[in-house]
Amino acid sequence: MSQLQLQRLVLDVLKPRQPNALEFSKRVLQGQSQCRIRLKVTEVDDKTETLLLELSGDNLDYDTLEGMISTLGGSVHSIDEVEVAVAASETQGQ
Amino acid sequence: MFDWRELSLLLRLSGSAAIARRYFVTNGFDGALALVGLCMGFYAAGGVAPAIAAKACLGTGLALGISGISSTYISEKAERRKALRELAQAMLKDMENTTHSRAARLVPVVIAAVSGLAPLCIAIMVSSPLLLVAGGVALPVDALWAAIGVALFIVFLLGTFLGHLSGMLWLWSGVQTLLVALASLFLLSFL
Repeated sequence: MSQLQLQRLVLDVLKPRQPNALEFSKRVLQGQSQCRIRLKVTEVDDKTETLLLELSGDNLDYDTLEGMISTLGGSVHSIDEVEVAVAASETQGQ
Repeated sequence: MFDWRELSLLLRLSGSAAIARRYFVTNGFDGALALVGLCMGFYAAGGVAPAIAAKACLGTGLALGISGISSTYISEKAERRKALRELAQAMLKDMENTTHSRAARLVPVVIAAVSGLAPLCIAIMVSSPLLLVAGGVALPVDALWAAIGVALFIVFLLGTFLGHLSGMLWLWSGVQTLLVALASLFLLSFL
């Protein structure tokens, strides 16, 4: 048996101006065991900001990430890049 | 257990710390000057028993506190709802169940508490010399003048707080607010 692991995501996100990029990044990472985030603000409007959010880790939980972005008032406009790896499960080698 | 970090985020998110500070100083100043006026009124009337003066001061503080809490809560709640509605329009999404909607619900309560507790706490402090004398403690000065002195000192402290915030010399800022209180005291002396 093999298991699909989400290892990298690039998301186009629209969020309110507050919380700021630093606070937003820290909060998005909550609930992830191993995750690295790279955030780039691509557009700033009166009340909103558009971000390019690059997330990488061994096994990202997209639902948790999307939920946290939504809780912080943001919304995922598009999934721009994805990297998924196949990992062999422990039972395969036995 | 109450999450202070969450509250801190909500206050930052809504930019409410500055608003709470403004309400604290404004209503605190209101409370202190109202009590100076009350004490001067008692003095002009020829003086009253310390227990009566203390109850009048506490009653005034309580009324100012209730007024501060209710009026601030109603106005802040309306402002927060308006801001949330505008944000939802800008985001093109329903903002319910977000940190922003939690801030819109909780922040008016926090600001209203600050707004109402400021005059109430100041009234308790100003009344303390009157309460002490009413309780049989002898003071070296007249209880009414001691209460006025405490009120003036609080006004001075509020001024130093503003000076500290604005980055100007705290002593000068304190003296400025004290001069306003002394000018009020001068006008009240014609009662």
